[in-house]
Amino acid sequence: MSYIGIIITFVFINNFILTQFLGLCPFIGVSRKTDSAVGMGFAVIFVMSMASLATWAVYRLILVPLNIEYLQTISFILIIAALVQLVEMVILKISPPLYKALGIYLPLITTNCAVLGIALIAVRSEYNAMESFVAGIAAGFGFLLAIVVMSAIRERLDKEWVPKPFRGVPIAFITAGLMALAFMAFDKALLKNLLG
Amino acid sequence: MYNEFSKGIFKENPIFIILLGLCPTLAVSTQVVNALGMGAGVIFVLLGSEIFVALLKDFIPERVRIPSFVVIIASFVTIVDLVMQAYAPSLSRNLGVFVQLIVVNCIILGRAEAFASKRKLGESVLDALGMGVGFTLGLLLISAIREILGAGTITLVAVGGFGGVIRIPGLSSQPARVLALAPGALLVIGFLKALFNWLEMRRKARVAWAPEERQAAGVPAAGVPASAGTPAAGPVPSATGGVS
Repeated sequence: MSYIGIIITFVFINNFILTQFLGLCPFIGVSRKTDSAVGMGFAVIFVMSMASLATWAVYRLILVPLNIEYLQTISFILIIAALVQLVEMVILKISPPLYKALGIYLPLITTNCAVLGIALIAVRSEYNAMESFVAGIAAGFGFLLAIVVMSAIRERLDKEWVPKPFRGVPIAFITAGLMALAFMAFDKALLKNLLG
Repeated sequence: MYNEFSKGIFKENPIFIILLGLCPTLAVSTQVVNALGMGAGVIFVLLGSEIFVALLKDFIPERVRIPSFVVIIASFVTIVDLVMQAYAPSLSRNLGVFVQLIVVNCIILGRAEAFASKRKLGESVLDALGMGVGFTLGLLLISAIREILGAGTITLVAVGGFGGVIRIPGLSSQPARVLALAPGALLVIGFLKALFNWLEMRRKARVAWAPEERQAAGVPAAGVPASAGTPAAGPVPSATGGVS
């Protein structure tokens, strides 16, 4: 698949949050304020692109030659955990302001299913290194898009009257459901029309 | 002892009360059979990893405990994944990548860290069973709602002459298909969570008007002290005011 196709697929058609339900915990948890949503979104893009590249390398260069593909779950989760630690240390060293902005979100990302999800999906789709990397960035942007739109809606919702049992998480889920309905407009036919 | 088991099912139900492990819940809840498969997988992983963590907790250094827990969990997830591919290939295809994603299901790491690493083996086993069963029941409820209303069917395991699919007359010809699609999952869990919040609020409002609190709140006690079973029978106007 072309890179454009991969980008459209992961940002819109298979949006990680709204159609695949990957990364829902931070989506509900960190979407109360727009600025923290933006921070979380960029942290996720960063980690997802690195993680999809790193797991591709480990899978193709170590697991496949040694015939131990069944270790992929264990090795991927360890790679992601180590990578997040590494990214945290590097950012702290290079750019303290960036660390201040993203730092608190990084530990949360280790247990974000979206990161392991993109690594496993890239392997299943048999992407090459560049395609995995692009898929990682695109899926991260899909996450950013969804969480920023969601946080904007939730900031407005805070000012509105909501029936008491629906306040907080339930209304957030229903909002996400309506957003997912809107995202259903993006389907495989769209990809065919755009790319022929 | 029984409490360790039952709390996972009701009071601390992982899906509805503490909202953990949502990703696999929503994605695989399109058919009842998927919920059963996923639930079985999660119970196995939860049980295996809580037992191992409870047994090994004295040998794992404090600083590397989270990575060690993750490796234990990932090993059990790999077992589930391989067994499912071998003996239930169609289920494995339906669940897809979500079997492997059990490893990042926050319930499991959460219980290992918060419970099994501090308690005895027996308690951890009960906790794992309770949480696993609670998770499975929550998942079953969501997928039953989605499948019955969204497709008009209930898909179970095919055994002998029973084909595995129950059709619900009237619904299967004109289902509310949106519930079976992606948005339906989010809507169903939103409304269910609101329902549980409402039940919780009602329960709290009742408890809050037990005799002692009523005195503390300065409300004159009704002539006869209300029995513990029916505390809501007291000063009704304010109690219902709290509910609505």
